[in-house]
Amino acid sequence: MTDDTQKQGPDATAVTETTPAPYAASLAAAGPIPSAPPRSQWFDVWRQFTHHKGAMLGGVVFILMVLTVFVGPLLWTVDPTFIDIRARNSKAITACLLTGLDTMFSCFGDPKAAGLKASWAHPLGADQLGRDTLARMMAGGQTSLSVGIAAMMLSLILGSLFGVLAGYFRKLDGPLMRMTDLFLALPLLPLLLVMVLLFREPLSAAFGPETGIFILIVVAIGITSWMPAARIVRGDVLALKEREFVLAARSIGTTNTKMISRHILPNVVSPIMVSATLGIANAIITESALSFLGLGFPPDFPTWGRLLFDSIDYMQQNPERVILPGVAISLTVLSVNYLGDGLRDALDPRLRGR
Amino acid sequence: MRTKSLLLGAAAALAMAPAAMAERGADGHVNVIYWQAPSILNPYLSGGTKDIESSSIVVEPLGRYDQDGNLVPYLATEIPTLENGGVSEDLTSITWKLKEGLLWSDGTPVTSKDVVFTAEYCMHPDGGCAQLAKFNNVASVEAIDDLTVKVTFENAQPNPYGPFMGGQSPILQAAQFADCLGAAAPQCTEANFGPIGTGPFKVDEFRPNDVISLSANPNYRDPAKPAFATMTFKGGGDAAAAGRAVLETGEFDYAWNLQLAPEVIAEMEAGGKGKTVVGFGTLVERIEMNLTNPSSDLPPETRSTVAEPHPILSDFKVRKALSMAIDRELLTELGYGQAGRATCNLVPSPEMYASETNTECLTQDIEGAKALLDEAGWTVGAGGIREKDGMKLKLLYQTSTNAVRQDFQALIKQWWGEIGVETELRNVSGSVFFGGDPGSPDTFQKFYADVEMYANNFDGTDPQSYLSMYACGNEPKPSSQWQGENINRFCNEEYDALLKELAQTGELEKRGELAKKLNDIITKETMTIVPLVDRGRVSAHSNTLGGVVLNTWDSELWNVADWYRIK
Amino acid sequence: MLTYTIRRLVLAVPTLLFISVVIFLLLQLAPGDPMAQVPLTVPPEVKQKMREALGLGDSVYVQFWKWLVQFFWVEPQVLFDNIFGTHFADGKLRVLSWQTRSPVMDIVVQRLPQTLWVVGMSYVVGVLIALPIGIYSAYRQYSIFDQLGTFISMVGFSVPTFFTGVLLIVIFSVGLGWFPSIYDTTLQVNDWASFKLQIRQMVLPVFVLALYNAAQISRFMRASMLDNLNQDYVRTARAKGLGERVVVLVHVLRNSLIPVVTVIALGVPQVFGGAIITEQVFKVNGLGQLLITAIEANDLPMVQTLTFIFAVLIVLFNLVADVLYGILDPRIRYD
Repeated sequence: MTDDTQKQGPDATAVTETTPAPYAASLAAAGPIPSAPPRSQWFDVWRQFTHHKGAMLGGVVFILMVLTVFVGPLLWTVDPTFIDIRARNSKAITACLLTGLDTMFSCFGDPKAAGLKASWAHPLGADQLGRDTLARMMAGGQTSLSVGIAAMMLSLILGSLFGVLAGYFRKLDGPLMRMTDLFLALPLLPLLLVMVLLFREPLSAAFGPETGIFILIVVAIGITSWMPAARIVRGDVLALKEREFVLAARSIGTTNTKMISRHILPNVVSPIMVSATLGIANAIITESALSFLGLGFPPDFPTWGRLLFDSIDYMQQNPERVILPGVAISLTVLSVNYLGDGLRDALDPRLRGR
Repeated sequence: MRTKSLLLGAAAALAMAPAAMAERGADGHVNVIYWQAPSILNPYLSGGTKDIESSSIVVEPLGRYDQDGNLVPYLATEIPTLENGGVSEDLTSITWKLKEGLLWSDGTPVTSKDVVFTAEYCMHPDGGCAQLAKFNNVASVEAIDDLTVKVTFENAQPNPYGPFMGGQSPILQAAQFADCLGAAAPQCTEANFGPIGTGPFKVDEFRPNDVISLSANPNYRDPAKPAFATMTFKGGGDAAAAGRAVLETGEFDYAWNLQLAPEVIAEMEAGGKGKTVVGFGTLVERIEMNLTNPSSDLPPETRSTVAEPHPILSDFKVRKALSMAIDRELLTELGYGQAGRATCNLVPSPEMYASETNTECLTQDIEGAKALLDEAGWTVGAGGIREKDGMKLKLLYQTSTNAVRQDFQALIKQWWGEIGVETELRNVSGSVFFGGDPGSPDTFQKFYADVEMYANNFDGTDPQSYLSMYACGNEPKPSSQWQGENINRFCNEEYDALLKELAQTGELEKRGELAKKLNDIITKETMTIVPLVDRGRVSAHSNTLGGVVLNTWDSELWNVADWYRIK
Repeated sequence: MLTYTIRRLVLAVPTLLFISVVIFLLLQLAPGDPMAQVPLTVPPEVKQKMREALGLGDSVYVQFWKWLVQFFWVEPQVLFDNIFGTHFADGKLRVLSWQTRSPVMDIVVQRLPQTLWVVGMSYVVGVLIALPIGIYSAYRQYSIFDQLGTFISMVGFSVPTFFTGVLLIVIFSVGLGWFPSIYDTTLQVNDWASFKLQIRQMVLPVFVLALYNAAQISRFMRASMLDNLNQDYVRTARAKGLGERVVVLVHVLRNSLIPVVTVIALGVPQVFGGAIITEQVFKVNGLGQLLITAIEANDLPMVQTLTFIFAVLIVLFNLVADVLYGILDPRIRYD
């Protein structure tokens, strides 16, 4: 099998002014610099990224979600914890669509008259206590998105760092991978309980109860989910570092730091991106499991995971209560997935400009 | 396949038996589901409800409580009382007589030696018997003759029905457990998983935490019973799945303890495959007030101990106002539906012990609560939160993780908000909250919160030991490794004096009066415990399962011998 | 490679010992108490006696030593006895569960069949559908098939099994009545009828888990294939006149398998660990349910033993993955 040069990091075609890479030195020695004004490699990446339809769609959806959950509460000012007991178990206004063609329009005007427990005061319905679902979805989104993204980033950074170090430096491989084995083997629930036991009060004291718990949750999810990413990245790095282009780069005296940042990392972007999309879903769901343990946010604090879990029992009566958080989580994950696809393609010099 | 051959066998056996009204095993197979799976079939080694209930199909006590809390004889000929001479005049001994001709499922006779052995088994100092409290104050258990057993107590026992009464203390076969005394108890896996009993069914196979296969006991004392030849007792999952399997898909015939929101149960019942049954016992969901200061600024030696009275809740008026702000009827409707009754009592039943005049708290009174707080010096400050001497009226309210409890927390937080009390909510995993780990800050005993909510009840029908929990000195504290039952750190001289009197009174009417007085002191007079809901039990059975009588005073499967298939 | 494997196996012993110590200390430190499920009606002094009977009075070192001896010395003897009918282990104390007071290993052996049937089968099914989907999605990137595959796998992964499981039960058990909602662990497969029953009760849990597993693996497969499809060697291979099938399924696939092998190897121990939520939803009561009930009941010997068995599998399968790397890409060297 003939493995030729792997795609070689973004620097192979575009030489930047800011980074005096050995390449630049060798090129300068070989002849005059091409006359065309040098473009930033990141400009190229960005241009490619903006031309990726999926990435743009994902980006728009993602920004919309973020706007809805963070700006929405300014427009829809209902308190997500306020209990309007008379509205309990009311259905979403869209239930009007199911009442039949003739009554549909009058139903949107006056749902009560159509015999439907729904009202414009709670357009997406209300839960078993009469808390507004729209407000809870937005409040829940703030928590779930922040926790999901922060925890995913932490787990990715840890995973990529350990993976690259273990794959690249043979001396570190043994200890780091045995540590990965250890973390994989630790039982999750007792580990989380111990973390709460040890850190909840100090963190609450230092950062205030809400930020303290946020940090605790993000760290808890982050440090219990980095291991698969680390193993995957390491596997790829092990193969990469034997490739010819790495050998070539080394032969011209590229330092380890440069080698990792310019040649190794750009080539392991795709598994990292996949881990990122899977990681967000994982973090949002794990967060709900944590609050179930009494480890997460206070019980009246809605999150998408918890909204989904709490409404499982009501699946048959009020299907929108499970559909809404389920769709929200899926949309987030899908949009991040397409963003990741776009980023991966943009970082691939072979695809650039096509 | 196995079921079929068993059925054939049972049918063949019955063909030779003299014609009876009903035939043993004629109704085939019955499926029971408990969403908590039984771990062991020896109730002396595990206090868990699931284990006690599942073993009650196989092993039986001398007498049980029926659905109204009355004592009914099982292996005994009658319930010994003062009137029939079974209980001695001085209340220090009780004499039980076994029915004649009783056989174990292996065909050997049941004798008083088995009863004596059972006491020896549980009272062994190294056994770690879970039902030791049933044998409190027992001085000796002796066999008078083959069918008579006399239990002698160290002192007068107004309620001598501790040992051998109810699902918690059934009779074990001496021959089977002879080598399992004390430290050897856990090594008798075979016996613990398949005790030989006198009950309507015997164990064919036990898979711990999963499933029990049972078949009719060929030596059961009533030759016509049980109607079912075989039984599958499945465990695991959750209440919703169990309810669905009985009410919606009809895969199972009986589901235990459906702790679900009323509308969810109603929706399932609409499936038309079965119906729910409700029974009430003594289980009361309540809010407990911490009378001591749980502040994290205090050193661990004095935090949440009697050395530091609570800065807010020590005031009766505040406690009273907190109780007045709660709408118990609404809580009951939302959380338990037909399976709950709003209550102001710690002891809601039996009738003779329940203080029926204590109903004041049932009406919510937000204005009254506000006035009371004003009176206590708590004035409304910034953001509608009351303040006094620069201190905010802010409470930490904790409970275990459970959907209904979290709903209650949210509702009560809103009502307390209306009267100017800020509430922080916390939920803790049940296995931590109810565990007694002195190293954890989140146990209900340690009570590092201002108020907490859970449910408790008492075994049998006599509330003496239940009320004694709140005796002064019985509080959890560092020196007792945080073990203790006086969760509120309540201390009241009058209460302690009445408790002493109760322990020495044998006359039932007088006991009733004393118990009611004790109940009133700890609830309406001091508002130390704020009862919310008298929680009943909802179970479900399929439309084709007959003979179900829900009993909350004993095992739910107490009359499984009488179950039959409606055709 | 052989010396590397042997060295890793030897090294695994101290690693596993260290892991067992860490697990043990973690469990000791975790809040919780085996008496949590005993009703509140049982007085504290009785609970204290029960704790002592469980051996909780001993110091941490003694408890750990006891577990070590029981697990590494007595349990192998029991295994030996069972195989050869000898009596070495008679009268020796085995690792006993606190909930059931019976030997932990007996329950594990009892649970293995249903876990392997359901979780193992779903993993095999998941891998078998994930690989072709991943390969084809990458080969026809941004085709309708790829977009659909992306959509289904992302939704499949982001919607948790506690939701999909109940949803399927509501539709197929309650609504249509096609499949049972409760798994019968006592069912013995000995003829065609019982085999059909077994298949029927496996369909729903296997589907839920397979969807989840396939979603994850197909994403990694697709991403890795995409990385390789544009390589120069692919062009070379095509230029040499090799058939498209050979190029994709031999050259590209082999070079793309490293991350996929990692993910699959990471998943195998989890097969033995059972699927905690799915097992609960369908009442399969395999090893996952065993672990979660043991954790809830704070049954430390059970949790310790189970997690240690998983640890052994994790170390073992990660080693297998490392060896496979060397086979897939001969340039990878560890020495």
